[in-house]
Amino acid sequence: MLLMFEIFGVPSQALFGQLLLGLINGSFYALLSLGLAVIFGMLNIINFSHGAQYMMGAFAAFILLRNVGIGYWPALIIVPIVVGATGVVIERLFLRRLQKLDHLYGLILTFGLALIIEGLFRNYYGSSGQPYGVPESLQGGRNLGFMFLPNYRAWVIAFSLFVCIGTWYGIERTRLGSYLRAATENPALVRAFGINVPRMVTLTYGFGVGLAGLAGVMAAPIYNVSPQMGSDIIIVVFAVVVIGGMGSIMGAIITGFALGIVEGLTKVFFPEASNTVIFMIMIIVLLIRPAGLFGRSA
Amino acid sequence: MRLAASLAFAAAALFGTAAQAQVNVKIGVMNDMSSLYADITGRGSVTAAKMAVEDFNPAAHGMKVEIISADHQNKPDIGANIARQWYDVDGVDVIVDVPTSSVALAITDIAREKNKVFLVSGAASSDLTGPKCSPNTVHWTYDTWMLAHGTGASLVKTGGDTWFFLTADYAFGHALERDTAAVVTAAGGKVLGTVKHPLNTQDFSSFLLQAQSSKAKIIGLANAGGDTINAIKQGAEFGITAGGQQFAGLLVFVTDVNALGLKTSQGLVLTETWYWDMNDANRVWTKRWQAEHAGKLPSMVHAGAYAETLHYLKAVAALKSAADGKAVVAQMKALPTDDSLFGKGYIRADGRKVHPAYLLQVKKPEESKYPGDVYTVRATIPAEEAFRPIKDGNCPMVTN
Repeated sequence: MLLMFEIFGVPSQALFGQLLLGLINGSFYALLSLGLAVIFGMLNIINFSHGAQYMMGAFAAFILLRNVGIGYWPALIIVPIVVGATGVVIERLFLRRLQKLDHLYGLILTFGLALIIEGLFRNYYGSSGQPYGVPESLQGGRNLGFMFLPNYRAWVIAFSLFVCIGTWYGIERTRLGSYLRAATENPALVRAFGINVPRMVTLTYGFGVGLAGLAGVMAAPIYNVSPQMGSDIIIVVFAVVVIGGMGSIMGAIITGFALGIVEGLTKVFFPEASNTVIFMIMIIVLLIRPAGLFGRSA
Repeated sequence: MRLAASLAFAAAALFGTAAQAQVNVKIGVMNDMSSLYADITGRGSVTAAKMAVEDFNPAAHGMKVEIISADHQNKPDIGANIARQWYDVDGVDVIVDVPTSSVALAITDIAREKNKVFLVSGAASSDLTGPKCSPNTVHWTYDTWMLAHGTGASLVKTGGDTWFFLTADYAFGHALERDTAAVVTAAGGKVLGTVKHPLNTQDFSSFLLQAQSSKAKIIGLANAGGDTINAIKQGAEFGITAGGQQFAGLLVFVTDVNALGLKTSQGLVLTETWYWDMNDANRVWTKRWQAEHAGKLPSMVHAGAYAETLHYLKAVAALKSAADGKAVVAQMKALPTDDSLFGKGYIRADGRKVHPAYLLQVKKPEESKYPGDVYTVRATIPAEEAFRPIKDGNCPMVTN
């Protein structure tokens, strides 16, 4: 049975609801910061176009549905591949040339790309957004006693947990992952073992971008599908990555979910600060642990 | 020889006076070109202003009109900087549109200080013709008071007597909430609670849950653009409407309804002052507008930008000068307004343009026959009732 008590005048029931909602929002932060962490941890690229690629994912789902009639479930597989493929092209054409330069060059390049992509979509589709509904099979919801949980949100939380843990396992616990980590440490040596490092780098970037595309598909039924949806969320996601520790896969996942909860609680106690609370935490973390909560100090 | 010289002199004098008689007007359209209000205002307002200039035909009045535009990015500091630059350096006589009330409130002060003209279409705060009214400003299309009364009063009348507000945390949201709450309580309703969310919020589920547990019959959305869309979209998901609560979109545009789709937004009640599909004149105008914006729908803000620019040019033509901003606005108030989109009307002493407003309801998907066929007109609010009575506005210019 649920406990009934009050915290600062907020009944416990409402609080449980908010905790759960925070976890759901956190799953988007986790998915996005995971992609960023993979790209940064493995390739040392600060991928500022991540938000735009997330937006492309949502738009790709919308275009598939409207122009081709392909629904949510196939989109969940097709879109990450398509968006990931655009990432592969970007890596081959641009990022590869910046490999030996300072991080800042990659940051500026991807930032510019983000502005261009966003501008193209805005020019074509306008700024007010496109409709995309919750898939038939996940409509409705269930009453948990303390809140109404839409089925789609339950799916989001389960599926993103699955993707996050799968990615972490792939990189930290498999042979392929160990090649990848070795290639970041010492590419020349790994190449000497007959592994095609440049191709691995390309595919890793494509994978990270594909994760952003996947997050976009998952966001399409609940958030407004508009060209600026990426820039609305990307700054927060960067803060999440910084708090978690740049490049730490597990750090990105845990901080993503945790900050979702913190933000959710702020929305109850002091809503006006809900979009600044993450940055306040970021400042505190940077002062105390400059490498982030889970980061190895450089 | 002497004859030729005097002829040349006479010709020069003639052409000289002709050149002096030509009145040059520079219009600056400033709005959000790249973010959440870009569809409601943006390039569409520039097109509308151009159409106004075309219809006015400046050459026939010995005038030359130039239009420039800029993006204020919804930031008051950027908007204020552009306004100063335009008025001081670039010779702009009039600034048109300016959504985002915080930016508009900054510019109304600047226009007054420089004695230029400011024509508002995009911004909503009723303070622009209230405590912040100015002899240099005209507020055309709509305002928060009109939205509050149009939607608020009608919903309370039909039984929606308990309200919870989701309010965008800036000047516009605050003004809209305040005005609507006043209407609701005056009509015998009650405000059970309110939550202020930051501009451009992605996820409204926390706020929606608070609204849900308040048990209010009506959830008033004192926000706009992407915020309103996200709130309604997620409200449908969380079973808000299925649970018997109803959304009141206090500022919903036709573009927002398109973004939501009729399935999600059907039944939503809202107030606008102009709808493209209401009569033939509007449809003809829309067709012309769409030549530059294929597949899109003009909003009431675009219509307002057209009408206010046209009326401004008429006032300048009557004065034969655009130099004295105060005089031009006084002339605009003296001249009755007449255009194909808002019909005949007038501008009050406090700068408020007066015309009817329409209570609209979003159609069901099966009732919509062609793209853009989204509203049923529920009621027409006559011009005299649509806007705040001049005596209640606390406008210092209006002597009691």
